[in-house]
Amino acid sequence: MIPGYGGKILRVNLSENKITSEPTPENLIREYLGARGFIIHTLYTELAPGTDPLSPPAKFIIATGPLSGIFLPSSGKFQSGGKSPLTGGYGEANCGGHLPAELKMAGYDMIVIEGKSPKPCYIVVEDDDVRLEDASALWGKGSLTTEKLLKDSLGEDFQIATIGPAGENLVKIACISHDFGRQAGRTGLGAILGSKNVKAICVRGSKSIPIHDVEGLIRVARRMYEKCFTNPAFELWQNYGTGSVTVWANRIGAFPTRNFRSGYFELFTNLSGITMRKEVVVINKGCFACAMCCGKYSHTKKGDYDAYVEGPEYETTAMIGGNCALGDIRDVAYANYLCDEYGIDTISGGSIIAFAIECFERGIITEKDTGGVKLKFGDPASVFALIKKIALREDVGDLLAEGTRKAAETIDKDAIKFAMQVKGLEQSGYESRRAPAMLLSYMTSDIGAHHRPSWAVTHDLVTGRDTPENKAAKVIELQHTRPLFDTLGVCRLPWIEMGVPVSDYAEAFRMITGIDYSEEDLYHISERIWNLTRMFWVREVPGFGRQYDLPPARVWEDEIPDGPTKGGIFERDKIEAMLDEYYELRGWTKDGVPTEEKLKELGLEWVLESSR
Amino acid sequence: MKIGREESRCSGCRTCQLVCALHHFKENNPKKAAIGIRGEFPEPGRYRISLCTQCEKCIDACPEGAISKVDGIIRINSEKCTYCLACVDACPFDAIFTHSDFKVPFICDVCGECVEICPTKALYWKS
Repeated sequence: MIPGYGGKILRVNLSENKITSEPTPENLIREYLGARGFIIHTLYTELAPGTDPLSPPAKFIIATGPLSGIFLPSSGKFQSGGKSPLTGGYGEANCGGHLPAELKMAGYDMIVIEGKSPKPCYIVVEDDDVRLEDASALWGKGSLTTEKLLKDSLGEDFQIATIGPAGENLVKIACISHDFGRQAGRTGLGAILGSKNVKAICVRGSKSIPIHDVEGLIRVARRMYEKCFTNPAFELWQNYGTGSVTVWANRIGAFPTRNFRSGYFELFTNLSGITMRKEVVVINKGCFACAMCCGKYSHTKKGDYDAYVEGPEYETTAMIGGNCALGDIRDVAYANYLCDEYGIDTISGGSIIAFAIECFERGIITEKDTGGVKLKFGDPASVFALIKKIALREDVGDLLAEGTRKAAETIDKDAIKFAMQVKGLEQSGYESRRAPAMLLSYMTSDIGAHHRPSWAVTHDLVTGRDTPENKAAKVIELQHTRPLFDTLGVCRLPWIEMGVPVSDYAEAFRMITGIDYSEEDLYHISERIWNLTRMFWVREVPGFGRQYDLPPARVWEDEIPDGPTKGGIFERDKIEAMLDEYYELRGWTKDGVPTEEKLKELGLEWVLESSR
Repeated sequence: MKIGREESRCSGCRTCQLVCALHHFKENNPKKAAIGIRGEFPEPGRYRISLCTQCEKCIDACPEGAISKVDGIIRINSEKCTYCLACVDACPFDAIFTHSDFKVPFICDVCGECVEICPTKALYWKS
């Protein structure tokens, strides 16, 4: 057995009420490392092409990496994955917290769930004892409420992932919640669990995670922590977390505002990290082994609401604050609470609500569709009402629950122009008409318009905000580096914000596993994974190709009306030029498909054989 | 010197538990730590830290005389311990710990590794 891993893959077949485990294959470890790599390899090799994501044969996976749960900064990350009910392509969502450490201490690297339970259930994993319990009494309850009830009955030291009513109702932007406020938010994976009648996964482990060289690990880990603690930005980060991004994003005109019409929200100082700290934050809340604890736990109280919530994170502030034009951090925090309790991704949720408000302004939807609610930007009641309607599939919420792309295609032929998504996944919190590398990042991200695989706004500030040149190579570099953290099972923030070099992670990997991989070897695996996720899209989405990498027409048709990026637009020909360069550098065809030569170079020739 | 706790600073990251188990057992396992972290969520949203305060209640509770203070720090003598766990029950701070891999319970030896690593300074030296 290779050290650093839980050692086993746990399989739960709900239709057959069968629970099995098998050793994690050594070649899987050597070729795909963990978490993200394990997920795409499992989906590509085990899921029948064309499987309906919400049908019993579909798979839901939670996977950890070799660095998850280990003594080094911020090792509390796991990936969840499946074929996305929202996009129909590769679906993956990252989450921080304490679950991955617990899962590895129980002896598992990954849980693969398939089939469908005849009645609501939750899965309990306690070392070698794995069982299904009746969740009838929990069905219909909110995510936070469910987690509290399960901790009360099982024990506070269980680590729990739940879905809310949105997941149960197969809402395609449903998330998975963990640790009272952390989410695997993106790509609608909560709906897969809902379709399988799984309300929660509860894990407690007692075993030590084996380490190849304990003294070596301690030495590297201490160095990594020390780099965090001595970074000049450490205190800022600990005080304000991702909230510190809000002011900066507005100053450079990249803050999504009113459904991405603008990049500047006039009330942004009301949403800043400093305001948030003063108005709502109770404590700092850290994921497992976290050096920085960017999580902020808050208490929001105003008028007839009073709620506890983790957040808001920058993304929520951007997508519900700026994008729905809510200028009071308390309202943003309460909307965040509603999304968490109902089990909705705040990024997609904020985007769809903003889209609906714009549709209402244009008369495309009316009070008849909204159950009498007059939708307005800047109106908290509109936002609160739509969150509930989407989660419960009431009125227009039933259509919005299908995601922005589907909603736009259904209600108006022109609405797709301002449905802010790529590949069906709503764009996250950076307005990018004057941030072309960021735009290209959104266009080519392997789950749709999300910033996790590549975030390149600062690169745009340096290399030119209106030119397509010198963008593709940087985006590709980032797409191999950032997802590497999601493969190793750690947070990327100590790297990107505190300056811990990738070489330290590579050294830690060697100390933990005893596998003698260099930093370059790890990047090579990351590229292999990236190309395999691309081939999954090619396999699963009929006609998949270049047009799926295009952003909505708002990017080249509508000028930014105000703020520091006023007048900004990014022309269609420049978009095509960036894509051409990107495909060429990647070794893909002009239609965006990996070539035979590239697949062979990455050891993916078996993909060609399997598709013949 | 004692280790002080400032619970309002604790982020629940458990790095203290990791370093404790690594230092004492050379194992990556926060369940083998002599410090406890317990969340109280969703309300009021805080972490509770369980750590020996050197109060000596366990010394009085031990029927075997296996617990004593050595250089001012509470120690459990594994030769004398009969694993009755009376000390665990007697501790007012839930600060004596057990694990299925060990018969003898374990308690903080004030080595200070947790103080050195705590990212939020929730643990500190107190004279």
